[in-house]
Amino acid sequence: MKYSAVSLFANALSGHKNWPEQFPDKAPKKEYDVIIVGGGGHGLGAAYYLAKKHGITNVAVLEKGWIGGGNTGRNTTIIRSNYLFDESAGIYDHAVDLWDGLSQELNYNVMFSKRGVLMLAHNVHDVQSFQRHVHANRLNGVDNKWLTPQQCKDFLPILDISEDRRYPVMGGALQMRAGTARHDSVAWGYARAASKLGVDIIQNCKVTGIKRGADGAVEGVETEKGYIGAKKIGVSAAGNSSVLMEMAGLRFPLESYPLQALVSEPVKPVLNCVVMSNAVHAYISQSDKGELVIGAGTDQYTSYSQRGALHIIEHTLMSICEIFPIFKRQRMLRSWGGIVDVTPDRSPIVGKTPVPGLYVNCGWGTGGFKATPGAADMLAHTIAHDAPHKINAPFNLDRFVGGRLIDEAAAAAVAH
Amino acid sequence: MFEIHCPYCDEKRPEIEFAYAGEAHIVRPNAQDQGEMSDADWSQYMFIRDNVRGEHCERWWHQHGCNMFFNAVRHTVTDKFVMTYKMGKSRPTAKQIADAKK
Repeated sequence: MKYSAVSLFANALSGHKNWPEQFPDKAPKKEYDVIIVGGGGHGLGAAYYLAKKHGITNVAVLEKGWIGGGNTGRNTTIIRSNYLFDESAGIYDHAVDLWDGLSQELNYNVMFSKRGVLMLAHNVHDVQSFQRHVHANRLNGVDNKWLTPQQCKDFLPILDISEDRRYPVMGGALQMRAGTARHDSVAWGYARAASKLGVDIIQNCKVTGIKRGADGAVEGVETEKGYIGAKKIGVSAAGNSSVLMEMAGLRFPLESYPLQALVSEPVKPVLNCVVMSNAVHAYISQSDKGELVIGAGTDQYTSYSQRGALHIIEHTLMSICEIFPIFKRQRMLRSWGGIVDVTPDRSPIVGKTPVPGLYVNCGWGTGGFKATPGAADMLAHTIAHDAPHKINAPFNLDRFVGGRLIDEAAAAAVAH
Repeated sequence: MFEIHCPYCDEKRPEIEFAYAGEAHIVRPNAQDQGEMSDADWSQYMFIRDNVRGEHCERWWHQHGCNMFFNAVRHTVTDKFVMTYKMGKSRPTAKQIADAKK
């Protein structure tokens, strides 16, 4: 059914007890044209764009847990595109372009709120680095502007800009196109829209092996629900990408780390944008429910445990209290962890692999949510054409041999 | 927070004294070989990692203790340390890991 004010009103009359299911839970068929491994926003989005833009509807999305239960439901929902390099501007800004019309396209409110992302500069290096970003962004047509401390204060009234702070605010870079979205809705919206176009969404179906033929090309996957054939397989499995690539005999330049986040008890609106501070090392926003949503860097060791250490989030909260003493007495409600796959240059790998028929979308590290529609679109394009789009062509695996890295690691520091 | 056994101090110490230092037993090619190496081989050394889901051999640095590097076997799903051992010792065999778990 199409969601609208009328359908909302009609269902209100029957106490909201008669809404149909958003997408059916399917049993796998014997064979598909394309299998997407990973039922997060990226994977579901890829299935949606395969069906919508490329007319490939005989597609299955295999999810080992439940839809949106991985990193899609574990991130801090920040969307921005103020990255330094041209290649990054291409892919992240493409994603923001798609975020813009996503609610209408999916007929599902993803609550994309362009409330702005303000990155605070606390020292001369920050000032120079952020201004360089602002200029590079402007050349690439990416929205981002430099604010003086007073302009920061005007935009974000709770900010203390006094000069005697340990980490004084020396300015900030503000991207107004940036903001937050409701992460669960992104997964559910894509799932519903994709299944409407004929995509099978199969949950609780862990992939245990990738079968390759005599010519080396993929033939299908072994799963908990039996063997499923497919000539094309797209892997969009975030932290578990290395595990899946190994099933096809590939080793990847990835390491999986826990990344933690936490939310406070809900309070009245106090924080009108997303605030990031690389120097003090934390970022924060306020959800529509009123919770402060907080995060920082990964834990130090590789892990698949989906949890992290207490002293890491303690450090994160110390940073938040340093920037915003007003939050010192705020109580934290929940904390959790997700496993992020990090590449050596902190840029993703989206494209073909050395194995024919096997495509990958991985390495988004700590910042994959913002790229969801863009990455999904690019993965779908690469699968449909057996060749990358010009936007994702630079994000290939070969760059780690040829040396043409897209080194956002040095450029982005903590913020993602 | 973990308690990690440092094989040099021969003591369990809290995690905050230690720094993680990446996958263990990655041998840096010697200077002469580097000139002869292909880009693909250099990439293997430089960037490619096992990223094991399971028992992982890794380096740790007792930064705020004895300042020594050592190796450890840790299970990356449970985060449990199976064993730690001194630098220079070769990668433990499956049997040694199984024995350490007893």
